Amino acid sequence: MSNLAVLPIIIPLIAGIILAFFPKKLALVRTLTKVFIIGNLAVAGFSAWHVFNHGSIILETGDWAAPYGIIIVADQLSVLLVLTTNIMAAACAFYAPYSLPDRKERYYFYTFFFFLITGVSGAFLTGDIFNLFVFFEVLLMASYALIVLGGDKVQLRESVKYVFINLFSSMLFVTAVGFLYGTVGTVNMAQIAQRVQEVDQQGILTAIGILLFFVFAVKAALFPLYYWMPKSYAVPNPVISALFGALLTKVGIYSIIRVFSLIFIHRIDLTHEVFIWIAGLSMIFGVIGALSTNNIKLIIAYNIIPAIGFILWGIGVFNQEAVSGAIYYLIHDMIIKASLFLLVGTIAYAAGTSDLRKFSGLIHYYPFLGWLLFVSGFVLAGIPPFSGFIGKLLLLKGSLADEKVAVVIIALLSSLLILYSIMKIFIRGFWGEKDDTFEPKPVKGRTAPVVALLALSVFLGIGAEFIYPSVESISRYLLDPANYINAVLEG
Amino acid sequence: MEIIILILAGVLFATAIYNLLQKQLLRLIIGSVLLSHGAHLFLLTMGELKRGNPPILTEGISEYTDPLPQALILTSIVISFGITSLLLVLAYRTSNENNTDNMEQLRGNENE
Repeated sequence: MSNLAVLPIIIPLIAGIILAFFPKKLALVRTLTKVFIIGNLAVAGFSAWHVFNHGSIILETGDWAAPYGIIIVADQLSVLLVLTTNIMAAACAFYAPYSLPDRKERYYFYTFFFFLITGVSGAFLTGDIFNLFVFFEVLLMASYALIVLGGDKVQLRESVKYVFINLFSSMLFVTAVGFLYGTVGTVNMAQIAQRVQEVDQQGILTAIGILLFFVFAVKAALFPLYYWMPKSYAVPNPVISALFGALLTKVGIYSIIRVFSLIFIHRIDLTHEVFIWIAGLSMIFGVIGALSTNNIKLIIAYNIIPAIGFILWGIGVFNQEAVSGAIYYLIHDMIIKASLFLLVGTIAYAAGTSDLRKFSGLIHYYPFLGWLLFVSGFVLAGIPPFSGFIGKLLLLKGSLADEKVAVVIIALLSSLLILYSIMKIFIRGFWGEKDDTFEPKPVKGRTAPVVALLALSVFLGIGAEFIYPSVESISRYLLDPANYINAVLEG
Repeated sequence: MEIIILILAGVLFATAIYNLLQKQLLRLIIGSVLLSHGAHLFLLTMGELKRGNPPILTEGISEYTDPLPQALILTSIVISFGITSLLLVLAYRTSNENNTDNMEQLRGNENE
């Protein structure tokens, strides 16, 4: 039964390998992709159900006891994130055949797609800090291949920058693991957490914590380290942008959540206070970026930064309600960012350009697409019946209880500007003069995955009563690291 | 001994950062290679440079060096080798397509 924990890593890995054998037979590859991704979704759903009902699954690989071997820990947070990953990966798999030209699909797109899922699931499930590094590299390698797939001039240019910044932060990650190993003498997360509380020199551990935060902040595109992200996420095909926007930065923020709720909790007054300020600055600068551009893909890419800021804010405040809010917002944001990238990709395809100044009046030709964008804007900004609202409300309650008013004001203001940045696309692209020479293209197959993701997002908002207890139990679990340590080292 | 190795790793890091801030693409790659050398050397030193035998089980020997950092470095070397080879090909294609290997000119404009 405990092998259930490793299946969400193994299935996409095997799928990727199998699909590498016959990349040119597109019909077969597409069918197999859908079969594998739905199978994996079912497995992830079952393991989520199992973990929420029967407690965490700990898998000691190769039967080596916990601190000596690599362990796979499927606790409530991990399985929830793996499930969300698979939901939006499924949406992307159904969108890909419509969006990608055949030439790109033939060059191993689906193989890299599955390797990306492998890396992301592995990073969510691992219980070993060096193994986390390896899974980071697995997903980054797949993302290097995906970002440059097709080899356009602009893609090559942006991917060079993307590879360099990620290589730099990976090497810093290795250095930080070296520091940590030199100080506590282990790379198993539970044992690190146990020893961090016993070590005398707390100062060096705080320094290592900040170094690790720097590494994850590069991956998650937080305030001073986000400059590489918007352009490199805007240039690839929409389905690849959707995978990146919804998964890669979220792996970075998940690592921050994990490391700073489990390991480095000895100087909360210092580290977590810094987080709140960085979160506030990320919101401001991300929104400024989103308002500064007329490229609709870049608008969505810039909107990732304030969203990551909101999640980090919850970790910074670090009480029950704020952490619940951060987790709720994390799940909500993965889904809505994927659907927004797919939607904007469809709009750019339909309009023939992603420059907002060059098209208007699309509502006459694509009324359904227009109203989808309208609803997504509301979901993203957190208008009450939708899912963004619940997460933000919990974050507000949590930080007001802690009397952190400045960041609350920044957050509310930036929510308003996020709404404006999406509505700008709606007002200027869909309203306005009808262009009579315009020839509409069919977009039917492309809207179905977007509708599915949006429906799920709306359900997250309306069915909050149904989901909130699970989120609350996750945050209770996260706030008491003894749960994790005991489960791993004594289970 | 640790001090000397750590200073060496520091020099490698400094050279790497200097090269990463240059404009020529190939220099950036040299910088990233030096950076990974620095990180690996650092990882080796962090496991303590104890005098001891290679970690191969032999009868009659009780002192071994720490095997874990060596395994970690081996993993990390392979990964950075993969990324470096990807980077070299990527740099080749990029400079061919864009007709320049100067990072200043690889900026691009909005809305493309």
